[in-house]
Amino acid sequence: MSRYILRRLVLLVPTLALVTLLVFSIIRLLPGDIVTLMMSEQGYASDKAKLEQMMGLDQPFYRQYVTYVGRVLQGDLGVSFWTKEPVLDEILRRLPVSLELALLAMVFGLLIAVPTGIFSAVRQDTWLDYLFRTGAIGGLSVPGFWMATVVIVAASIWWQWVPPMRYTPFARDPVKNLSQLVLPAIILGLALSASVMRMTRSMVLEVLREDYVRTAWAKGLPESLVIARHVLKNAMIPVVTVMGLQLSALLGGTVIMESIFVIPGMGKFLLDAITWRDYPVIQGINLFLATGVIALNLVIDVVYGFLDPRIRFG
Amino acid sequence: MSLLRVMRGKPLGALGGLLILGLVATALLAPVLAPYDPIKVKSSDRLQAPGLSHLLGTDDFGRDILSRVIHGARISMLLGLGAVAISTLLATIIGILSGYYGGRIDIVLQRCIDTLMAFPGLVVLLTIMAMLGQGLGNVILALGIGGTAGNARIIRSAVLAIRENQYIEVARATGCQDWQIIARHILPNIAAPIMVVVTLGLGVAILAESALSFLGFGVPPPTPSWGAMLSGSGRTYMIQAPWMAVFPGIAISLAVFGFNMLGDALRDLLDPKLRGGPQSRG
Repeated sequence: MSRYILRRLVLLVPTLALVTLLVFSIIRLLPGDIVTLMMSEQGYASDKAKLEQMMGLDQPFYRQYVTYVGRVLQGDLGVSFWTKEPVLDEILRRLPVSLELALLAMVFGLLIAVPTGIFSAVRQDTWLDYLFRTGAIGGLSVPGFWMATVVIVAASIWWQWVPPMRYTPFARDPVKNLSQLVLPAIILGLALSASVMRMTRSMVLEVLREDYVRTAWAKGLPESLVIARHVLKNAMIPVVTVMGLQLSALLGGTVIMESIFVIPGMGKFLLDAITWRDYPVIQGINLFLATGVIALNLVIDVVYGFLDPRIRFG
Repeated sequence: MSLLRVMRGKPLGALGGLLILGLVATALLAPVLAPYDPIKVKSSDRLQAPGLSHLLGTDDFGRDILSRVIHGARISMLLGLGAVAISTLLATIIGILSGYYGGRIDIVLQRCIDTLMAFPGLVVLLTIMAMLGQGLGNVILALGIGGTAGNARIIRSAVLAIRENQYIEVARATGCQDWQIIARHILPNIAAPIMVVVTLGLGVAILAESALSFLGFGVPPPTPSWGAMLSGSGRTYMIQAPWMAVFPGIAISLAVFGFNMLGDALRDLLDPKLRGGPQSRG
């Protein structure tokens, strides 16, 4: 097992190096002279040479990269052009908000996806299976922001309800905070539940055909026991992996929900940064998200290796 | 005969196919089908509710929504096909290099794919759009690049499965060159997963364009793109004139629904091993 973890950790080094290289290059891949652009459009600095020096652009590429990685390793992601605060501080302040939204969405997604997925598989090709599957594909097909808009409009017309314009942190008023996040979380969770439901269904179907499940049936176990003890345990492992992969998509989805429901999370921050061309923030958030996703996938893979011996010896 | 059997066995897939057929026909016949000019402004017809003269109503510039939705089918198809062409071409090249040659090439390419996959999809799209600037061509390019990594992984696993077959070994033993093996044996055999990738990719591209438009990085006006229609003024007038955003939203959902249904059915029919989606073990 330790060899498996070690191998995964070694593979992590080039991936992380590539992530930093990619994030670092973003700012340099921009067409046109970005320094001139930043001076004329936003007036970040009065002097071109000063701005180039501030961004480290006066040095050769490889040296800039080494300096950048060195800084990143020390937790320095630069300073936001816009708020003049360290990017890392800004991210860490907004991270809990986005994480809360993403986790709530995940809970909703699971609550819908797992029961319907199991049911669809156990009752394969019945009308309910078709209904759930059609619903899942429907959930994948409707744009989330459109659904959110329609829901807000419908709520304001029928119940005179509008989403609050000011965000309340969980620590200050948990009930108010949750009532604010519930709607975006459900809408985000719906899209997530569609893919998790499909995965659950196909995994349960696969496991249902295994010999040990036939044995369980032959022993005369009741259906609920066969499903709970023999099928679910084995079918849910890959579903957990899919959930991990979906977290990345979920964090992307928060960009939209945060901007509709005026939630001050990372997604909203990124969108503002892109609108204002605040490059250190764009770089910082990209780096932060990518590293987070890689770390999470590593943890999931290691857990997966513990649960399923075929992986670590494969 | 066999088509009938497929339709009976995969009713959802057949429904998806019908929707896509309708979409393609609408896109091709748009100038004939549309009752009005989709971009001509007529302020006397502003914000009219759906009625006899304008079946789906008009927008804040007095443009006919039905005509814009019909022409939007063209933009969506153009956008989807362009993006999918880019992502599939790149993904096939990467997938074959990685899967067929294996070894160091595979390790390097897979690390690159890992890297790209680590960034949330929408974040990648937004960042690329921030770099390229607005425009239909740039949206296509961004969606194409954004879709490459995931597709490359699916195609690689298809190539890996085929590489193990005996006929590949035989071809090599009889002195076939690598490119001959790839062209004659690998490519025809990965056509099925590629078809699935293309079908599902079209839906993803249409949906992603609408998200980009919503965030203000999509196809610029006055092009009648569905995404742009239901985001900009479509949202502003949501309470006053809900038809402005409702109909393009339905069009997007139906089109994406069609591609997803068709793609799912194709996957089941052509390649049972890939069932369960790109994340499937296998």
